[in-house]
Amino acid sequence: MMTAIARLFRTRTGQARLGSIATMVVLLIGAVFILIPFFWMISTSLKKAGDVYIAPPQWIPADPQWENYVTAVTRLNYGVHATNTAIIVVFVMIGTLFSSSFAAYGFSRLRAPGRDAIFMVLLGTMMLPGAVTLVPTYLMFNSIGWVNTFLPMIVPAFFGNAFFVFLTRQFYITIPKELEESAMMDGATVYQIWWYIMLPLSGPILATIAVFTFVATYNDFFTPLIYISDESKRTIAVALTYFQGSPRIGPQMHLLMAAVTMSIVPPILLFIAAQRYFVRGIVMTGIKG
Amino acid sequence: MVQKSGTIDARRLGKRERREAMHAYVFMSPVIIGLLVFTLGPIIVSLFLSFSNYNLLNDPKWIGVDNYVKMYGERLFWQSLRVSAIYSIVSVPLGMTIALFLALLLNRTMRGIYTLRAIYYLPTVISGVGVAMLWRWIFNGQYGVINTLLRNVGVKGPNWLLDENYALIALIITSVWGVGGTMLIFLAGLQGIPVEINEAAEIDGAGKWGQFRYITLPMISHVTFFNLVLGIIGALQVFTDAYVITNGGPNNATLFIAVYLYRHAFQFLNFGYAAALAWVLFIIVMVLTLLVFRSSPLWVFYEQERQEK
Repeated sequence: MMTAIARLFRTRTGQARLGSIATMVVLLIGAVFILIPFFWMISTSLKKAGDVYIAPPQWIPADPQWENYVTAVTRLNYGVHATNTAIIVVFVMIGTLFSSSFAAYGFSRLRAPGRDAIFMVLLGTMMLPGAVTLVPTYLMFNSIGWVNTFLPMIVPAFFGNAFFVFLTRQFYITIPKELEESAMMDGATVYQIWWYIMLPLSGPILATIAVFTFVATYNDFFTPLIYISDESKRTIAVALTYFQGSPRIGPQMHLLMAAVTMSIVPPILLFIAAQRYFVRGIVMTGIKG
Repeated sequence: MVQKSGTIDARRLGKRERREAMHAYVFMSPVIIGLLVFTLGPIIVSLFLSFSNYNLLNDPKWIGVDNYVKMYGERLFWQSLRVSAIYSIVSVPLGMTIALFLALLLNRTMRGIYTLRAIYYLPTVISGVGVAMLWRWIFNGQYGVINTLLRNVGVKGPNWLLDENYALIALIITSVWGVGGTMLIFLAGLQGIPVEINEAAEIDGAGKWGQFRYITLPMISHVTFFNLVLGIIGALQVFTDAYVITNGGPNNATLFIAVYLYRHAFQFLNFGYAAALAWVLFIIVMVLTLLVFRSSPLWVFYEQERQEK
């Protein structure tokens, strides 16, 4: 036994193995810190109202109250807010996917004076703080009567997102032109080529954009906060903040945590289902950025 | 493309080029309209508004630099700058260091490594109001999980969110929890380093630290640059956490610029003053970004340069 341990410290492979074990231990401790908040959230969501504010707390509720979730759904009108969120997310995804791939085709395949200058301006806007355009944009939507509708969230998605146009353009540049050239010989228009040739080849990049758009739109708090005032039009993100009760201590923390738990389920499911797209998207930006 | 040009053919080519350009503009039109209507137009209008007084009820009134003068004398404006500055100066380097450290540990092949990477990235996917509310509960002075853990090791934790000395620290801790995105970008950078370089260095007797300092760091410096620029821009615009977790308090200890701006625009309807604030923020972000870009030749090492040498 002792000699085995001594060998671990002395030999090269032994040291490498020790290194791996140490790394694993550090990573596992870190992972526990990442996961504790989630555990705490679920634990609170299953407690009785009277068991929430006790110290020391119960980590695992003795008698899990699953009906807290039912109560939270009814009290918060969760169905209405989930529907609002879903409508916005779906239209924003359609708009973003269309505008990214449509514009990217122009930027990557067709030549025109000023094209690259426009592209550079577009890239520059990625660094622009949103605050600068905030007030005039709000006033514009207000003057055309769009405040308190979903349109300020949805319509801009149809006019391109700099980052996604950039990603798609980089992707299109890597696709060989032969297919398009032969279609061109057969008399196809550029619009047909975009629709029948480029789009079907765009699966991976569109999936990447779709998952990022879903997460960003679903989690967006600021835009619906400033544009929506009717309770019945609030998204989940905004509705949650009205559920938190008094600013000091939410009096119904168990219900609030049940609602929060439900609210993070869709992005987590998407993340589990589409993990590789998240990673791929990041890798592309990391390397090319 | 196949033209061997004579004069007539050249004119035809011109026509074809014109048609190609026309199609190009059609494809680019959503982006061009979007740039004009949602970006460039509003930037100009907001500059104009920043020199005016406007509250939706009457027409904007030109008041020159009054908004900027008022801002200069406003204690809360300086407080918001201070809060955002402290937050950025601490959270960006801290987050990047932890992200790089994690990326180095996660950049190996072993069982369960993909699950671990996914766990560290998870907070990035669900960032938002729900998580911000979860943090409020975690930082609760009496019943929160942090102070419970501290109590277990014999430390009496502060009343985080109600104590002006600790509220900003609490927000910095929440930002560190979400370093997964930065970590993944570092990881991508690390995976771009050819294994042979480290192997060669090891044969030449370079230690682990030497390899990290003289190979890894320079080889990922472009990724560090990318993370730094994004980190600064993001940190200066924090809103949701500050609004939901502390709402700028206690005693303005977490009054970030974005929260201050939100109040003036959408609670006090001081649209002119809010636009002036936005322009100050814009200029700060531009200057900082420019400084980082200017400094980059000193510490960012690009692939092309290496090949040219």
